[in-house]
Amino acid sequence: MSKVTLIDKRGEHAIEARAVNSKEYRALYKKREQIYPKLAHGTFRNLKWAAMIVLLAIYYVTPWLRWDRGVGRPDQAVLVDFEHSRFYFFFIELWPQEVYYITGLLVLAAFGIFLSSALFGRVWCGYACPQTVWTDLYIYVERLIEGDRNARMRLDKAPLSANKVARKVFKHAIWLVIAAATGGAWVFYFADAPTLFTQLFTGTASVSAYFFVGLLTFTTYALAGTMREQVCTYMCPWPRIQAAMMDNEALSVTYHVHRGEPRGPHKKGETWEGRGDCIDCRQCVAVCPQGIDIRDGDQLECINCALCIDACDEIMTKVGRPKGLIGYDSYANIDRRAQGKAPRIRLIRPRTIVYGALLALVGALMIYGLATRQTLDLNVIRDRSPPFVRLADGSFRNDYAVKLINMTDAPRRVVVTVSGLEGARLQSADGGAQATAIAEADSVTNVRLHVVAPGATEAGSHKLTFTVRDLASGEEAQSASAFLAGARP
Amino acid sequence: MADKRERDEISGVETTGHEWDGLRELDNPLPRWWLYIFYACIAASIVYWVLMPAWPLANGYTKGVLNWSDRNNVAAEVQTLRAARAPMFERLASASATEIAADPQMQEFARAAGESVFGDYCATCHGAGGAGAPGYPVLADDVWIWGGSLADIEHTLRVGIRSDHADTRMSVMPAFGRDGLISAAQVGDVTEYVISISSARTRLAPNAAAAARGAIVYQEQCAVCHGAAGAGDRSVGAPSLNDDLWLYGGSRAEIRRQIELGRGGVMPAWEQRFDAGTLRALAYYVHEMGGGEPDAPPAPAPAAADGVAPPQSPPAPLH
Repeated sequence: MSKVTLIDKRGEHAIEARAVNSKEYRALYKKREQIYPKLAHGTFRNLKWAAMIVLLAIYYVTPWLRWDRGVGRPDQAVLVDFEHSRFYFFFIELWPQEVYYITGLLVLAAFGIFLSSALFGRVWCGYACPQTVWTDLYIYVERLIEGDRNARMRLDKAPLSANKVARKVFKHAIWLVIAAATGGAWVFYFADAPTLFTQLFTGTASVSAYFFVGLLTFTTYALAGTMREQVCTYMCPWPRIQAAMMDNEALSVTYHVHRGEPRGPHKKGETWEGRGDCIDCRQCVAVCPQGIDIRDGDQLECINCALCIDACDEIMTKVGRPKGLIGYDSYANIDRRAQGKAPRIRLIRPRTIVYGALLALVGALMIYGLATRQTLDLNVIRDRSPPFVRLADGSFRNDYAVKLINMTDAPRRVVVTVSGLEGARLQSADGGAQATAIAEADSVTNVRLHVVAPGATEAGSHKLTFTVRDLASGEEAQSASAFLAGARP
Repeated sequence: MADKRERDEISGVETTGHEWDGLRELDNPLPRWWLYIFYACIAASIVYWVLMPAWPLANGYTKGVLNWSDRNNVAAEVQTLRAARAPMFERLASASATEIAADPQMQEFARAAGESVFGDYCATCHGAGGAGAPGYPVLADDVWIWGGSLADIEHTLRVGIRSDHADTRMSVMPAFGRDGLISAAQVGDVTEYVISISSARTRLAPNAAAAARGAIVYQEQCAVCHGAAGAGDRSVGAPSLNDDLWLYGGSRAEIRRQIELGRGGVMPAWEQRFDAGTLRALAYYVHEMGGGEPDAPPAPAPAAADGVAPPQSPPAPLH
């Protein structure tokens, strides 16, 4: 058998594996070559399984969690309610104008990914990115149906047969089911999950729900099933950005050149003197889902999934050499080793401190903002036409559309007062000191207010402040507006 | 231009054979995904021709099997909206100002419906928000020619002013100067007198001697409608002259011109045009512009109020 002779020629544990995306095979006009990642065993593979299970569980379970908000309010813990323009997250309820909390969340996510990059390189890419998680799941399904690397390669080369067709059809069917479930779970975040679940299957859900299920079915199937590493290499901007977040001390998956070289095939019983520990078995290449050779050094295509560490450690154990020929290491350590110094891991350094501090600061600001969140507010919109009205007694009147915003579950009695302009008063029943109104529960109440200022008021625009106060709790909110007076005719 | 297809060394791809000043073009095929989307678009367009209105014909166009028509759809949507709003308009038609103010939902509805109709039919003359224009009264202020209660406003809307309605509001201001009812000098005297009884006296400084002469003419000719002290009379639509708000302009020349020409405006009667609910919504919207007055028990006594400043703008309760 040719395979046996190959092993004889190349030494123990060697496998025929080509890093299809490595520099030497890269070409501008090349068609994509299929990658057949081999199943790895070890610490990092287990970590990846764990990350996959936890993240998928979070994604699928979250919309089904319930949270009691009282009668007539949605009881879904996490809900983006576009129809009523509310966002619910457990005990938090946000209104559209509070979109800055979403900004805060995005800033947190950005600093989080910066910090993780500065500490451990591309852990996001390797473990948590949806592209990685779903691709991993798809490869798992592929392996269950078509077998591991060699079996898959054989099947793809084999002529068309009933067995091949059956396996391929079955695989794509399972992929499509997973894809549909992905899109299906997505829409549950935007509507009451149990209701929508029934609607989806009885054909009574909204067109947009079906559209988004279809869209995400398509993208999941295409991205995780057929495009895979091309998404990371060609579509994702992050591999290009991450270099700026890392420094010499950042850990990333690294081949220890000083220990591995010179590499070469090794046969059982041969001496290790005068050669490196790398036996060129290419197991690290075979397990790589990105189709690269980690021994070429840090590369844009590498997602730091660390499966090559598992593969190499397994071989090192078998040939009786220490583990860690491929391992998490920093550029600084490579230099230190070259200079004969002891390697060390520096997780705490200016960059990580700054990222960590910014993360904590934004987090603290968000918590402070949520803890002291105003539940009463007002928006004042001055009528543009007429700009002002002259009254019979010579005084001026401006008219305002006022929106009283009550974010609590109960209606509130409030008073509105104006200040900041000499002699300005509200045109109301009690002589203008204040206007009372009921701000309806969990909604915006529109009231029209008329403000009158004496005829002696100077022509031009004056600052006028509106204050709304809850009669029961004393909570206050202010809004700045203007009062316009004009010349006499 | 060379016409020889050759193989490019670097990429290994054939060129198109064309050359422009040494530049040659690789004959790479279109990306597959692009090509397939292109084919899919062609297929979709054919499906579209069958389903939807598409091709113009000599007498019309191909209707498509779905029978889609934007014109009919809009008509149907308008019909649905009308039907949905009908109950609210019916309730409005019999609601008083107080009842509307007490029901936030009805209040909001009346405001929105009134604003929309006002924008379509009234703003052309009266200005957006009732800002008014020379010759067209400001509706947002607290000075009313024919009355500012909801009932008064609605009645004015129904019958119009100098309109073709049988019960139209009608007032006549003679053209005193043009028709020679008083002499030119007397017109000037009356102008001075009118300024002297109005709030404009502080800015226009009337001639005291002329005003004294004008007072006599005023009492003979003007007081019967405008009141002895110029408070006006809403029952005959005579504007008040004692404030500083002027329908035809407040300069000395403009006041004089009005005495000479006696102009009067026209408003159509809207009774036939709108249903009762719409009329009530429109009246409510105008009433809520800021100068609306409370519905009073019948017939205020304008003559008795003569000499007294016009009533303060009424309290406008919020809810």
